[in-house]
Amino acid sequence: MNQTPETPADQSKRDFLQIVLGGASAAFLAAVLYPIFEYLKPPKQAEVEVSSVKAGKLSEIEKDSGKIIKFGSKPVILIRTANDELRAFSATCTHLDCTVQYRKDYGTIWCACHNGKYDLNGRNISGPPPRPLEEYRVVLQGDEILISKKV
Amino acid sequence: MKTFLKKMYDWVDERVELKGLVDYMGKKYVPVHRHSVWYYFGGVSLFLFIIQVVTGILLLLYYKSGEELAFESIHFIMSKVQFGWLIRSIHSWTANLFILSAMIHMFSVYFEKSYRKPREITWMTGMLMFFLLLGFGFSGYLLPWNELAFFATKVGTDIAGVVPVVGKPLMIFLRGGDDVTGATLSRFFGFHVAVLPGIFTVFLGIHLLLVQRQGMSEPLHWKEDPEQKTMPFFPNFLLRDISLWLLVLNLLAILAVFFPWELGKKADAFAPAPAGIKPEWYFLYMFQTLKFIPGKLWILDGEVLGIGLFGAAGVLWTLVPFWDLKSARGEQNRLANYLGLFAVIYIIILTIIGWLA
Repeated sequence: MNQTPETPADQSKRDFLQIVLGGASAAFLAAVLYPIFEYLKPPKQAEVEVSSVKAGKLSEIEKDSGKIIKFGSKPVILIRTANDELRAFSATCTHLDCTVQYRKDYGTIWCACHNGKYDLNGRNISGPPPRPLEEYRVVLQGDEILISKKV
Repeated sequence: MKTFLKKMYDWVDERVELKGLVDYMGKKYVPVHRHSVWYYFGGVSLFLFIIQVVTGILLLLYYKSGEELAFESIHFIMSKVQFGWLIRSIHSWTANLFILSAMIHMFSVYFEKSYRKPREITWMTGMLMFFLLLGFGFSGYLLPWNELAFFATKVGTDIAGVVPVVGKPLMIFLRGGDDVTGATLSRFFGFHVAVLPGIFTVFLGIHLLLVQRQGMSEPLHWKEDPEQKTMPFFPNFLLRDISLWLLVLNLLAILAVFFPWELGKKADAFAPAPAGIKPEWYFLYMFQTLKFIPGKLWILDGEVLGIGLFGAAGVLWTLVPFWDLKSARGEQNRLANYLGLFAVIYIIILTIIGWLA
């Protein structure tokens, strides 16, 4: 093959073409990947903002027991203590997102997943939970129990 | 009949020159020595993979993904479909035996130092397949949408979420939202039946191609062996492989019939996590470690520390061909042996503690 020696003008032409080609390829790749990447992100669903829920009747919940209440899409644990006090906390363990329960035998709130314990003020007292449970307000209207977010 | 087969073979051979390929495969041999038994576990793992593909496709014919459908469809498979209980039970049991067999394969390769040059790529594709297997196990576990799976997935994805910087977006990506819902189920279903098998098949192809191309690894002590006995792979070793596969299939049938896999209770987002909840045995040692690490250690979150340690150990393990240069030179590497031994003992002890707890 007959090759003419490369002149500086050829070299700069080649550099220019490489930059254009590289830039165009990068832009094209970005244009393909961006929609895919965005598609993978789940869209934000409008959630109904719940500020308070009815949690049933006082007569239906025994002393020294707890139950899980639907608070919007989140679980809340309502506890009627042995001294007949009503308390409510977020039922989502602050450790790894499991749902806690009231343990009569321990007299504490307990998470089955990693043996985390909270006292009846929601404070993390043993096991891996790093933070206390968020407390909710409980109001009694006659026999009806109302749970609402603390402001 | 024989002449017909011969004619078929000749017809193909004439066009694509099968002879070269057959001669090539005939060259492979298997070293015979006191540790030869470990050579079988790669083949067993491959066989279990094939079972998973077949039973997985069969389950796909009836399984329905979705919060209101998944649990019910598996119930339907197990109670109404002819032999549905068998297929589902075999799929679950095989998943567990597959991970066990892959673990045995991995540790035997590790202790024989078969990862040393020139088999670094074989080792790393094997490790990547092992991580994919754990992904298969984790995603498949959720598909029946039962109580145990629901909380296991909450915990597992939440753990991903504590990784600094990338954790939160990763968790939302895995869950398809902030919480574990039907959206998570849809995603896990997609991962389990499309994404993971696709990637796995590519790695498996490379892995098998390399084993065929490079032949079986000879252990370090092989050089001093005066006899150096070998056995042809085709057909001697393959026939032994196949008889073992038959045994494994029988074992699976026994397990599936006498210890059918349970379906459990349907997941309920508003029920507390059931007492005695545990992950599958192959995650148990990590789960147990997390139980022992306090919530806050100095300035670090317990989980971050745990994940950091396991992550670092996994990377170190995967990269062993690159830091164990002694084995590549044909020398004994005691450090690598002790690390491997520590890993085995740690996993066994923590698994037992987790099992008894």
